[in-house]
Amino acid sequence: MPPVTKPDRLAWVDQIIAIRDHQDRAAFGEVFTHFAPRVKAFLMKSGAAPDMAEEVAQDVMATLWRKAHLFDPTKASVSTWVFTIARNRRIDVLRKQRRPEPEDLTWGPEPEPDQADVLALQQESAKLGQALAALPEKQRHLIERAYFGELTHSEIAEETGLPLGTIKSRIRMAIDRLRHQMK
Amino acid sequence: MTTHMNTIKHHLTDALLMGYSAGNLPEGFNLVVATHISLCDECRARMHEFDAVGGAIVGDVVPADMSDDSLAATLRMIELPDQAVTKSRPMTQRGTFPAPLQEYVGGDLGAVNWRKVGGGVRQAILSTDKSASVRLLHIPAGAAVPDHGHRGIELTLVLQGAFHDETDRFAKGDIEVATEDLNHQPIAEMGEDCICLAATDAPLRFNSLIPRLLQPFLRI
Repeated sequence: MPPVTKPDRLAWVDQIIAIRDHQDRAAFGEVFTHFAPRVKAFLMKSGAAPDMAEEVAQDVMATLWRKAHLFDPTKASVSTWVFTIARNRRIDVLRKQRRPEPEDLTWGPEPEPDQADVLALQQESAKLGQALAALPEKQRHLIERAYFGELTHSEIAEETGLPLGTIKSRIRMAIDRLRHQMK
Repeated sequence: MTTHMNTIKHHLTDALLMGYSAGNLPEGFNLVVATHISLCDECRARMHEFDAVGGAIVGDVVPADMSDDSLAATLRMIELPDQAVTKSRPMTQRGTFPAPLQEYVGGDLGAVNWRKVGGGVRQAILSTDKSASVRLLHIPAGAAVPDHGHRGIELTLVLQGAFHDETDRFAKGDIEVATEDLNHQPIAEMGEDCICLAATDAPLRFNSLIPRLLQPFLRI
């Protein structure tokens, strides 16, 4: 049998589900090997020293293990979910700031997510990544600077070169999808 | 929390949502943004879009080498009893204030420690870091907040009632993003007292020598 290559569009979702349902250490190892070095790089770009970035990256991955039951593949790709955990740890550890989070959407017991919704979101996320990669260097660099924490709110507001329309049109978080619990 | 997607007219700007998603806003602004998103499904959807941009960036960054024993160290970490990192948010009763605001107030509307500021207007400063100041305002129906401008940006989110100023009408869930160009005088509508959550990243600038907060307001 040829080696099974995982389609990009469902990248890492199965591993997170294996962690969630079976505390699967092999799946965790795969996720760790891919994401921990990226989280470390993200934290270093955000101003953390290498030792600190290493420590926080490990902590982010441990959080991913512990919070696997909260991952919702209809709302986020695994990359996006890892980003939100890393960002929150950065605010907590590096900025020593509290981060208020929106109230959870709670509409009763949560059924299994709709597979069509999962696929659509994961595909859109992949397209968003491609769109970002295809941007002119200057525009791409601006967006990265914003997410590495280098641009203040005023700088973002005044920056006319941010191609927000281009990148955002690649992902359309339907309100229906947010509310899939209601179905 | 009941959502108000069909009635909210004034939403967060892209810059605020991107700043929130990137984690760059002052804490007081984060509180206003999180409270608005709790009331507004449209902005919640947009927040997820901005988070997805962050995900694409983390997915595409040039990886940095982890130390040799990092996976083993992390596996040891997950063996430890659950620590503060996974503590779940305390349950809050549904009320006038969405959960993130209740966490700062220590309860719902009834728990607010109001201070009179004149003209029937009351305020309560909430405790955040110094990068912005954030407060609750209680404006009696029909009363006005003194005419003021700002050096920075002022965010005003309506939690109850409604107000209008030179630019428009703002009702429950609406957020006004006022830049330094705007000198405005919000006036609460008749009928119901107006309660707002307001944050500024620079001190307010009142348009008279003696701050008009100290003066009784004219009823209109």
